[in-house]
Amino acid sequence: MRGKRVTFPGMAVPAILLAPQLAVTFVFFVWPAIQSLRSALFRQDAFGMSEEFVFLDNFIKLFAEPDYGQAFGLTLFFALATTVLSMGLALLFAVLADGVVKGAAIYKSLLTWPYAVAPAIAGVLWWFLFNPTIGIFSRALAAIGIDWNHHLNSGQALALVIIASAWKQLSYNFLFFLAGLQTIPKSLLEAAALDGADGFVRFRKIVLPLLMPTTFFLIVTNLVYAFCDTFAVIHATTGGGPGTATTTLIFKIYRDGFESLDLGGSAAQSVILMLLVGTLTIIQFRYIERNIHY
Amino acid sequence: MKSLLSYTALVAGLSTLSPAFAQTEVQFWHAMAGEMGQRVEKLASDFNASQKDFKVVAVYKGTYPEVMTGAIAAFRAKQPPHIVQVFEVGTATMMSAKGAIYPVHELMKEQSAPFDATAYLPAVSGYYSDVKGNMLSFPFNSSTPILYYNKDLFKKAGLDPEAAPKTFADLEAYAKKLQAAGVPCGFTTEWPSYMQFENFSAYHNQPISTKENGLAGLDAELKLNGPVQVKHLQNLVDWQKTKVFDYGGRGDSSKPKFFSGECAMTVSSAAARLGIVTNMKAEVGMALLPYYADVQGAPQNSIIGGASLWVLRGQKPADYKGVAQFFAYLSKPEVQAWWHQETGYLPITTASYELSRSQGFYDRNPGTDVAVKEINLNPPTENSKGLRLGNFVQIRAVIEEEIENALQGKKTPQQALDAAVTRGNELLRQFQKSNS
Repeated sequence: MRGKRVTFPGMAVPAILLAPQLAVTFVFFVWPAIQSLRSALFRQDAFGMSEEFVFLDNFIKLFAEPDYGQAFGLTLFFALATTVLSMGLALLFAVLADGVVKGAAIYKSLLTWPYAVAPAIAGVLWWFLFNPTIGIFSRALAAIGIDWNHHLNSGQALALVIIASAWKQLSYNFLFFLAGLQTIPKSLLEAAALDGADGFVRFRKIVLPLLMPTTFFLIVTNLVYAFCDTFAVIHATTGGGPGTATTTLIFKIYRDGFESLDLGGSAAQSVILMLLVGTLTIIQFRYIERNIHY
Repeated sequence: MKSLLSYTALVAGLSTLSPAFAQTEVQFWHAMAGEMGQRVEKLASDFNASQKDFKVVAVYKGTYPEVMTGAIAAFRAKQPPHIVQVFEVGTATMMSAKGAIYPVHELMKEQSAPFDATAYLPAVSGYYSDVKGNMLSFPFNSSTPILYYNKDLFKKAGLDPEAAPKTFADLEAYAKKLQAAGVPCGFTTEWPSYMQFENFSAYHNQPISTKENGLAGLDAELKLNGPVQVKHLQNLVDWQKTKVFDYGGRGDSSKPKFFSGECAMTVSSAAARLGIVTNMKAEVGMALLPYYADVQGAPQNSIIGGASLWVLRGQKPADYKGVAQFFAYLSKPEVQAWWHQETGYLPITTASYELSRSQGFYDRNPGTDVAVKEINLNPPTENSKGLRLGNFVQIRAVIEEEIENALQGKKTPQQALDAAVTRGNELLRQFQKSNS
């Protein structure tokens, strides 16, 4: 849309038009963020009757804790694994669904269903499927000689939360990949086919590069999802255990703040997570969106 | 707020075409789900039917930690519930929140409600009283862990269904016989730290911490890494390998293992009986906790868990009369006895125990008096009077993390319990610093 620029006479109208969105942003995002920044610098008793300014004490204590470093490493691994698993499967399904001619709408709707499931419900669902005693999956695994008990086995617990979290995000990725695939001009693919490129080569040389903007966008949103939105799934399935094997950053914030009532420490952790997610978003906006050309 | 309340009362009155009279609402937040929740609601509605001035509104607010943090958040937002049910590990936190709580002994005196603190069993009231013996919260649902065993599986394995294992040696032998008869697992436990380490220590007359397990002061230090506890953890680790013992997770997540018959025995709360009877077809026996016969002083007595009711300040002064009346109602022997018999929680007043006995409840329901016997097995020592440590929600999580590390073979039992003690002590010092 080059050429004609539409401008408003004066500031009043744009200000009014922006006001609702700005108000929502301020009340639900900026204000809580300021609040957590503030609490991160104080030590408070649970009931909020006394507070003491401790400056960066909460942060210093956090980094002195071996637990925190461990949760950090775990979260990175968890986020990467969830992202790779979820996006990999979503891409596969999108390519397959894109090729379906008969009943395509049915496949597509079914594949987007998990997105409509609330995270807590998803957690409970997986809790049932993998319950060491009554779960269908754990029974099937027992039949092939695998003793499933994620209450005791760290690796299994981690696998469970990764699978459950990836499943939850699968539909979202699927929709974006499918949309991405449908914007690829058929003529390009046909031309390549005429030149003798087989299916795999066409996918690698044409489809993948053209999907790059979608892929990068999804990497960032999936990482942010894994960092911040997987609390309910972990809470419902493993509760952060065994040991601290599935205590990711977001879960630790909940546990320290809401169960242990260490509000300052918990706020400090959320500030760090906020910085992490903020950095990811900046990378997304500044570099990826600018440098991927197609 | 007041006008809003009377307005809604008016609207409610008009819409049902009944005369609108000003009834004061008393908010009661609790953590009792399912069958238990229905019993709590009946307590509230029976009280409401017994008088006209107050209406107790019982609200289920989630798990124990959720109820507690919810109430604290509400207090901070200046909208506290009048009554909140707080589990025993939150007791130290509530006690130290001096300006936020309305101590029960003050409440009952100031609102001139009939109340006799000595009617309560000392093992229970001692838990919720300050050093001077003043009751700070209202004892409500107290329980203690006991052993449940599946009589049908016992019969299948050729064991006498009327003879429960008494010692851990018995337990191991029974488990092996059960396994030989095709039962996958011998026993499991709920609430690993609370049942296998805290109560285990008291039951073997071993300290959980110094300073009478924290009852005598904030400067207590954990003692959970003694030889008896280390030996027990070593046994659990060894038994896990052959499933004589099978770990089923924290809290009560091991329930399905016992319900489904995968494990023939479980250590669970005395109040679990209702759920077990509701969910299982098999006949289930109840027995005292097992102990190590070679530990001097074992079995001592078990300690209680469960929750008590705390009154929060910050509501209209007139409302607290309703709270006091509700507590007076709950103290009645017949109400107490009903609650005890329906839920399996301990009878917490002597009168309600006597009443239940004279009604023939224990004769009709064998095993229901096991818990009472267990907490009164011997006069309590300083290791078995109770437990009151600050930051204990976190400390319990730390203990359970370390137990899990030992069970997975990541640490030896000694290393795991040493780490639990070191990490737990740090949390105790933090609490001491912010509350002295």
